[in-house]
Amino acid sequence: MTAANPEADAGEDSGAGGGDAPPDGWARAMRALAVLAVDPGGLGGLTLRARAGPVRHAFDAACAMLPLDLPRHRIGPATPEDRLCGGIDVLASLGAGRMVRVAGLAARPAMLVLVMAERTDPRLAATLAGILDRRHGHCLILQDEGATPDEVPPAALRDRLAFAVDLDDVRHARTATDLPDAAMIGAARQRLAAITGGPEDAATLVMVAASLGIESLRAPLLALRVARALAALSGRGAVAQPDLREAAELVLAPRATRLPQPRPDDHAPPPPEPAEGDLQDNSDSAGATPPHEMIVEAVAASLPPHLLARLASDAGATGAACRGSGAGARVRGNRRGRPLPARPGRPDGRARIDLIATLRAAAPFQRLRRADCPGTAAGRVIVTPSDLRLCRHEDRSDRLLIFCVDASGSAAMARMAEAKGAVELFLADAYAQRDHVALLAFRGTRAEMLLAPTRALVMAKRRLAALPGGGGTPLAAGLVAAHGLGLAARRQGFAPALILLTDGRGNVGLDERPGREAAADDARRVAAMLRGARLPCIVLDSAPRPGAEASVLAGWLGARHLALPRADARAMRDAAAAALAG
Amino acid sequence: MSGQVFPFSAIVGQDQMKLAIILAAIDPGIGGVLIFGDRGTGKSTAVRALAALLPPIEVVEGCPVNSARPEDCPDWAGPAGPGLVSRPTPVVDLPLGATEDRVTGALDIEAALGRGEKRFQPGLLARANRGFLYIDEVNLLEDHLVDLLLDVAQSGINSVEREGLSIRHAARFVLIGSGNPEEGELRPQLLDRFGLAVEVRSASEIGERIEAVRRRDAYETDPAAFLAAWAADEARIRDAILAARAALAEIAATDEILRLCAALSLALGVDGLRGELTLLRAARALAGYEGAGAITPDHLRRIAPMAMSHRLRRDPLDEAGSASRVERAAAEVLG
Repeated sequence: MTAANPEADAGEDSGAGGGDAPPDGWARAMRALAVLAVDPGGLGGLTLRARAGPVRHAFDAACAMLPLDLPRHRIGPATPEDRLCGGIDVLASLGAGRMVRVAGLAARPAMLVLVMAERTDPRLAATLAGILDRRHGHCLILQDEGATPDEVPPAALRDRLAFAVDLDDVRHARTATDLPDAAMIGAARQRLAAITGGPEDAATLVMVAASLGIESLRAPLLALRVARALAALSGRGAVAQPDLREAAELVLAPRATRLPQPRPDDHAPPPPEPAEGDLQDNSDSAGATPPHEMIVEAVAASLPPHLLARLASDAGATGAACRGSGAGARVRGNRRGRPLPARPGRPDGRARIDLIATLRAAAPFQRLRRADCPGTAAGRVIVTPSDLRLCRHEDRSDRLLIFCVDASGSAAMARMAEAKGAVELFLADAYAQRDHVALLAFRGTRAEMLLAPTRALVMAKRRLAALPGGGGTPLAAGLVAAHGLGLAARRQGFAPALILLTDGRGNVGLDERPGREAAADDARRVAAMLRGARLPCIVLDSAPRPGAEASVLAGWLGARHLALPRADARAMRDAAAAALAG
Repeated sequence: MSGQVFPFSAIVGQDQMKLAIILAAIDPGIGGVLIFGDRGTGKSTAVRALAALLPPIEVVEGCPVNSARPEDCPDWAGPAGPGLVSRPTPVVDLPLGATEDRVTGALDIEAALGRGEKRFQPGLLARANRGFLYIDEVNLLEDHLVDLLLDVAQSGINSVEREGLSIRHAARFVLIGSGNPEEGELRPQLLDRFGLAVEVRSASEIGERIEAVRRRDAYETDPAAFLAAWAADEARIRDAILAARAALAEIAATDEILRLCAALSLALGVDGLRGELTLLRAARALAGYEGAGAITPDHLRRIAPMAMSHRLRRDPLDEAGSASRVERAAAEVLG
């Protein structure tokens, strides 16, 4: 298949995909690869979301066939920095008696394939982002095998890559013959330098990006470059409307954070309004639909179904999509977990010495030190304190479960007993699970901490025994207390999670004055803040007849809502454990 | 392409960030700038653009720490060259993976192995003397390195005690850190050790966004022509910075201004004197930049958010952010 005419392509693809559906994931992926081959350094690369399987295999094969004159390197989330950026070759240095440096993979333009990209830690992401920003012609393929929507490669990297392709829904991979051959790519590369986009192309793409709710300015810039590469690929001398449309579909559609709104209504953010107003005037005089609206419509039609579903549900879309890192909270220690590079330090009785790294640090100085202390027996290694290297390990952090319990009114009394029971059950197997537990209660006008984070069962039982109840429902105050405790715990290296037990019917505001509306307003604001802090959270609805309030609260929090009208302590524990594990 | 950077004056919007960087360039004593914000807002671009913008400095030829006078050259560096040479102001990039050796300097392994000589090999801090040290993603840097950097930035002296070496050299530089708060927070203890802090957001106005994309695209298509087109604007900012540096000592701060600084600090409940001092220095730099002979309350008002907002105790419920709290307090105190 040739790439001479994008519309013809789209027709063929949709024929293969069935009906007049937009081009399927596979066709899109092949198209993205073809464009990437034209301008690999300028477009950054591609994020591929696909689990291992025949489809990804076919994609890898297509990628390998791509006529790029770049070396290809496979790297993983555990690739050390010196492998990327270069460093000292210790063995060669010792042998040669002088400093021997090795160049890293980033020294020369290359295609880097990062496998299991959803596990990349922010540091490696920052290093790779720096490599891409230097624009030495590097191109990055992120292979994302994430299983849940939250498990994604770092946003800092995805933002810099032009394309994002999702092959998880593709059942059947065609062969890589969908790709243009080397001669076509070569010819397109030759043409690329001469292709200029008019200033209105940039404006069109920025407006399309704005109406899809895309914040980053890299997106329209990359789309503009893609449009040029597409024009080059199809043999045109300048960017035309179909190029812009296809560029928007390839680059902007996967980044959409909301469905385009054809007319700015009352809750639309201000950015599109003036622009659409301007263009409305133009179209009135010219009698044509403004180009960016046509493109927005085309993009809206091509949005993949799962994205549509996510956007339509609206809640959770941004919260999940903008996570910095897919992996959970980690702490560094030197006792257990995955080994990290050793670090200089003094042994303090707790840290373990990394013997190999210590010897390696001492080795270069032996000749010098021997000259300083001539009496040393031959063959003896002279180690000074500055050589000592300590082991470091990275470990999943302990979890802190924050129970935030509504202790108001008479109805809560029974629930309180159940909550206490659930806390005790959690604590009972806290040691095996490495869970710590804290208990907050809110009633009357304020929240109080009944149990500071602990895993001591005996102390917890004693504190829980004297738990008072009754009074108003200062829901917002409870949430504020949970927020503060959660953030403090996170700073100490815990992974906090919040279990909120309430009927959601707050009636005391943060100013300690009663009033349902003010209280709800306060609760909504605090909930938004909690959501921003990304504390994992579940809402257990304790009302005897579950109403809408608790599920509304869960929506504000971006949390799961479980109605447990008659649950006992054990059911409550099981529900919470399942929700937190899931 | 590596020698060229996007011109500072061509960055669209982000006035607070640009102003903070300029002020730090005028008076290094302000103590560094922290830029926190969203992706793709031009944080790294602005800092890298500074290198091209700043006037060259005179350094002793062959001096590893960029000394201005031969007698300032450290004794470990060997004989200094006879003459002075003009060099661009150093802007040193600190890579995230840098080791402590590389930052502070360490024993020269080559000399040690090959010739059995004990010699000091200067690190990034030496190279950054009299210039700028830029850390992208400062919130991801290892804590012990951040501590070390802030300590050196404040004392202006780097001392190395290792491998039997005992070395001290001048390391006066402006620390610029940038980061994305979504990827990790900076410890509150470190936050207020930066002189100024600004928060950047993507432009929300569509015209501004279009202009930003257009300029960036024009630059990437033909860097040389783009740089030529912006040369005059670059020169204007450079001249203003130089004039401000020269005028700094002359700019008066009346007792009334000092009183206002103190009153603002008290109103905001900021601990310690560092906030007031930074406020004063930055306001003086601003007055110099604008060619004013004395600091006015208006200068304080404009500087207050970037000098104070990161020193406040955080109020999790304040949706507008601490900058607007500072603005409110400034409006009350300054009238």
